[in-house]
Amino acid sequence: MAAQAEMAIESQEKPASVRDSKGDGVGRVAILRDGGTQGRTGEARTSMEPMIEIRKLTLRYGEKLALQDISLDIPKHQVTAFIGPSGCGKSTLLRCLNRLNDLVDGVTISGTIRIGGIDINDPNLEITELRKRIGMVFQKSNPFPKTIYDNVAYGPRIQGVRSRSALEEVVERSLRDAALWDEVHDRLHQSALGLSGGQQQRLCIARAIAVEPEILLMDEPCSALDPIATAKIEELMADLKKQYTIVIVTHNMQQAARVSDYTAFLYLGQLVEYDLTRQLFVKPAKKQTEDYITGRFG
Amino acid sequence: MKRFWKSGDPFIWLTGGALALSVIMVAGLVMLVLWNGLGFFWPSPIVRLTLTDGTELMGQVTQREKIPQPGAPPGIPDRYRIQVKVGNRDLYGADFVWVDDAKIARRGLPAEAVLFERSEWGNLYGTISAVREGDRQVAEGPVDGWKALQTYLPAATATLNEIRRIEKKEIGAINHAQEKIRLRMKKLTLQGQEGSPEASRLQQELETWKAQFGEKEARLADLRRQSQYTVVVSAAGGKEKELRLAQIVRAYRPNTMGPLAKTGFYLSKVWEFVAGEPRESNTEGGVFPAIFGTVMMVMIMSLVVTPLGVLAAFYLREYAKQGTFVSTVRIAVNNLAGVPSIVFGVFGVGFFIYLVGGSIDRFFYPESLPTPTYGTGGILWASLTLALLTVPVVIVATEEGLAAIPGGMREASLALGATKFETTWRVVLPAVMPSILTGLILAMARAAGEVAPLMITGVVKLAPALPIDSYMPFLHLERKFMHLGFHIYDVGFQSPNVDAARPMVYTTALLLLLVVLVLNLTAVLIRNKLRRKYAYSVF
Repeated sequence: MAAQAEMAIESQEKPASVRDSKGDGVGRVAILRDGGTQGRTGEARTSMEPMIEIRKLTLRYGEKLALQDISLDIPKHQVTAFIGPSGCGKSTLLRCLNRLNDLVDGVTISGTIRIGGIDINDPNLEITELRKRIGMVFQKSNPFPKTIYDNVAYGPRIQGVRSRSALEEVVERSLRDAALWDEVHDRLHQSALGLSGGQQQRLCIARAIAVEPEILLMDEPCSALDPIATAKIEELMADLKKQYTIVIVTHNMQQAARVSDYTAFLYLGQLVEYDLTRQLFVKPAKKQTEDYITGRFG
Repeated sequence: MKRFWKSGDPFIWLTGGALALSVIMVAGLVMLVLWNGLGFFWPSPIVRLTLTDGTELMGQVTQREKIPQPGAPPGIPDRYRIQVKVGNRDLYGADFVWVDDAKIARRGLPAEAVLFERSEWGNLYGTISAVREGDRQVAEGPVDGWKALQTYLPAATATLNEIRRIEKKEIGAINHAQEKIRLRMKKLTLQGQEGSPEASRLQQELETWKAQFGEKEARLADLRRQSQYTVVVSAAGGKEKELRLAQIVRAYRPNTMGPLAKTGFYLSKVWEFVAGEPRESNTEGGVFPAIFGTVMMVMIMSLVVTPLGVLAAFYLREYAKQGTFVSTVRIAVNNLAGVPSIVFGVFGVGFFIYLVGGSIDRFFYPESLPTPTYGTGGILWASLTLALLTVPVVIVATEEGLAAIPGGMREASLALGATKFETTWRVVLPAVMPSILTGLILAMARAAGEVAPLMITGVVKLAPALPIDSYMPFLHLERKFMHLGFHIYDVGFQSPNVDAARPMVYTTALLLLLVVLVLNLTAVLIRNKLRRKYAYSVF
């Protein structure tokens, strides 16, 4: 069962001329997936193309190794979950994708991350342009101390949208997409901090999708919410994946099993296993993965 | 015992006790100021005292105290003495006298006793014996005299106000214009153009102003001749005083006033105090220039200290790389708050007044040298000095506010594609606004109560003009100004007439408290409004 990882490594050890050819990427993913599924199920995977390609990513906080030699492809318009115990690096990995780690002092990164074929660590890349394409929802809901309307309109305004009608349209659409419109449409101009925890988190999702990103990163979005709010957000993710590529970090393995199409299991900064969710949970390839998902871990 | 201590009860008592003590001390201070300050304007009755030796006194009782009798055997009854404000300084010298209770033979409250508040020489107590117009007798005796006084006094007061207005407004304007011309001429002389047509034109202009000044002088003399009414007052002790009506600020008979009349009188006195100009080397009249100066100085200081402190705090917390250097700077800033204020004053004199102000004078006002324009104490320099004094408060409060903003908020903004500046401007600044205002409130409270550095950077006992007036450029930041805190010091400790001035100390202190309260309340209301809007803050 070590085949998947080996294949993955093999595939990324191909000459690094991957970025130019989309077809090559598709092929690689196909290989990768075959490595994982090995003909167990007849998945329709022809339309899969990688949105994010991570190659040999290594990250250090000062001397401490946080991520070690991570390589994986995240497919477009699917939900990909990162699971693993606390401190395994899954949030760090997620934050590499929109370069939020840049803010931390003493971080060194090696390896490449391509999003839609563009190397995001390219020094010539305008980082704000990158972040506009990648929305993020945080573990702790963090609405701005502004009105609900201003929270959602924040991103579009940053991008230079000034017209009132355009902003109103964006706000309504985003709130509807985030399944929050019915609850807040009559109090758009009240403080966002008056909302409940679940509503605040959905507001953060609305704020993130208001700028129409291609990718939505979610860092344990439900960890501070009750089961009802969690269920709402999970429902929402199922809807949103039609338009967005979603990457979610979660502690909750049931949640990963419920919402994601692909799951990556990280342990101590290393990628242990990456596969179709249904595959990984039903029949994990690695002993470590099996131990973790069955709770026999540690 | 140990269990009792462990239960936490004594700690609750200790904390509660500490709070109670603080509240009692503050409340006591406020009560003292209120009691002494508010009673000052109430018209107390005029008593006529006949002493055992036959002398007569008339005036208002101001206080009563026990006479200390060291070494006296127990059982001897306590003896008291009273302090009487007898006024009539020009007749008998002393404003106040102490009288032993034991020496008083008779007390009376004569209805005809009149109190004259004069524009000079303080109060005059006595009874009216006659009212005259020039040499002609108009009325005689206390009753008719009072009636005549009521008839003629309003006209005399109106004339007096007219004289004041001419002196202040019209002659003031002429003086202002003449001064400007003189400076322009001096400038021409400095440029070596004495004989130029410009100079002769100015000379002509000056002549016209001089002529106008002569007209006004004539008008003033005319007005002064108009008010020829005098009142003859016989004071206790037999002396008589002839008083021109134009000298009377207020005349009233407290012994005949009912509660309603007294209340009305009280309110008019309070209004005079708040809105009027000081008289009698600040021991009488109002403190309006001091209120104005205090408020204006605090405003200018706020305008300077807020941006300065906020920007510095933003750099320290948002941009600077946290390390030893930044920590050192932070400690230094905090310590700055502990430097004695007079040191800031000395710095203000040396740096702002002599260096900055002196340079401004040399470059922009060379024609008025050696008279300094900016190179001397003024409201601008005093405000800047206080801004320097209070900037640590604003920095610390803003920094605390910045530190309390969750990092997630900044990350959320950055993740939406905002730049660091956009994040700071649109998310961090609004969120930290309540903390900035808290810092500003503390700074204003400190600045309004500060006196020492002001004494050497521009506060004066009596400022001839307010820093804002109707002459270009309307705002005169180089002018000296009056300040309530300094007014308290001056009236209380530098006054030639300490007994008369003491109540003014309390009333002025009360007013200063009120001014600080109003300034703070305004800021607190704005802060609460912001807080409701953003519903997020640490303080």
